[in-house]
Amino acid sequence: MGAAHAMNRLLQALATLLAVSFLVYILIGLMPGDPVDLMAMGNPRMTPEDAARLRELYGLDQPLVARYGRWLAAALGGDLGYSRVYNLPVLEVIGPRFLNTGILLGVSLLLTAMAALPLGVLAARKKGSWVDRAINVFCLAGISLPHFWLGLLLICLFAVKLQWLPASAELEPASMVLPVMTLALSGLAVYVRHLRAAMGDALKADHIRTARAKGCSDARVTWNHAFKNALPPVITIFMLDLGTLFSGALTVETVFAFPGMGKLMFDAVMGNDYNLALAGFLILSAFVLTANFLADMLYALLDPRVSYAVKK
Amino acid sequence: MKRPPFKQYIPAIFLALLAAACFSAGLFSGQAEETDLGSRFLEPSSTHLLGTDELGRDVFVRLLYGGQVSLAVAAIAGLLAAVVGTTVGMVAGYAGGKWDALLMRITDVMISLPALPLLIILSAVDLSKLGIPAGEYTNLWKIIAIISLLSWTTVARLARARMLVLKETDFVRAAKALGVSHARILLRHIFPNLLGTIVVATTLATGNIILTESVLSFLGLGIQPPLPSWGNMLSHAARTIWEHAEMTFYPGIMIFATVLAFNYLGDALQSRFDPKAKTGP
Repeated sequence: MGAAHAMNRLLQALATLLAVSFLVYILIGLMPGDPVDLMAMGNPRMTPEDAARLRELYGLDQPLVARYGRWLAAALGGDLGYSRVYNLPVLEVIGPRFLNTGILLGVSLLLTAMAALPLGVLAARKKGSWVDRAINVFCLAGISLPHFWLGLLLICLFAVKLQWLPASAELEPASMVLPVMTLALSGLAVYVRHLRAAMGDALKADHIRTARAKGCSDARVTWNHAFKNALPPVITIFMLDLGTLFSGALTVETVFAFPGMGKLMFDAVMGNDYNLALAGFLILSAFVLTANFLADMLYALLDPRVSYAVKK
Repeated sequence: MKRPPFKQYIPAIFLALLAAACFSAGLFSGQAEETDLGSRFLEPSSTHLLGTDELGRDVFVRLLYGGQVSLAVAAIAGLLAAVVGTTVGMVAGYAGGKWDALLMRITDVMISLPALPLLIILSAVDLSKLGIPAGEYTNLWKIIAIISLLSWTTVARLARARMLVLKETDFVRAAKALGVSHARILLRHIFPNLLGTIVVATTLATGNIILTESVLSFLGLGIQPPLPSWGNMLSHAARTIWEHAEMTFYPGIMIFATVLAFNYLGDALQSRFDPKAKTGP
């Protein structure tokens, strides 16, 4: 693997992050009101002169690009500002929420993987059979299902009708069951589809026929010969798909009032907490871009046939 | 080409009937917004097929009116996404080189960014700060614009991939050798051959657009009440989930069935247009 290629990709990712931060900075500036207006609303004794002085103090009277430059300089120094709603440095608010989302996504992904692996492999091995067709129908249904509606249905069944589980989620096992279930189920269809396709391709390869001709057992051909080759593309897709996963988590967190990143972002935008919304989005983007970069590198590592070295 | 089995027509028929029902709702029912606080949460009956909601409005009629909004948003946003995606994909694939690298890099970034947080920030943008006056349908157009902005990427990727193949075909080379202009090659020689890919990609994208609109409206950032959409009906239903759980069922099943129909249609079209997919069972 070429070090030059890695360096190139890394620079591209950084440039992208910079561009994204500028665009989102502009967008956040277009949200209703500005910080001084909000302060004026909370304090009836503030005069227009006070407001003007505050605008000058915070640099709000300067042109957009100058403001962005100042924000960027501070951000690079690790200072992303204060959250208006929480009265805390933005990073202190985001830290624990990010961890919560991580736990939620991690547990549900684990469950998704555990169910998707056997189903995807089974569908690919019995291609065209009724099992495959049933799994295919299930997958189409799964990708057509709105996540939040699945969450609401699970609340109806397990919280309202059966009263087995709480509907709102704190960080305790019982109340995490429903959000985890919602996310795991909604991810399942997507990964079964990818796995079925990748496994189908892997099973068509010449070396599979050779292995069968040599008298390898069916299980050995499936898992040792085909599955090993089916996994790299699926892992790559997963890494490239992190942005979608965060989007799914956001909806589910809102349905269950789960204290994670998604809920935080939503509340920040709703509550005009500019610094928090901006930092939250950038941290999510940085995370996704890092994952994409790693996916790119990992692909060459997992599949020795892929080479990024310059051909001579 | 072999005639496809009847079941492949089912999703298209379903969508046509649904659209017909939704857009003719005004003919056989009164106002969707007629509230009657004396008859809240009525049981289904012959006058109210699916009962009434928290403001005494007929659920069935509101589902049809909500369908108008959801389907219209999906159709317009889907068309916009198709136009933008096709243009980007065709230019990138045909021009190649630096243009290709730049456009595809932008597409990749758009695909990988967390879409929903971005949608939330975009939908919170105050249009009056951009100098756009607020009219009756401003919000509706804003939602359409935002959704199309994030939905063209799949169309662009698939159009570009097909373009790369078409660019090297003999008839395109022949046209080039004869000195046909780029515009004419793109429109007369390549575009007709790209159409299948575009239709498939747009159909699948439209299903996703319906999902996106419903999530945004559910979060309270999409279609604003009193204008009904399946998404914002669900958001009201979620507030009374403990007393009237059944209200969460109807709008959700409408979204689900419609998106499912679009996805089935996309799959069926794909197996018709893509000769490789026919080698399957």
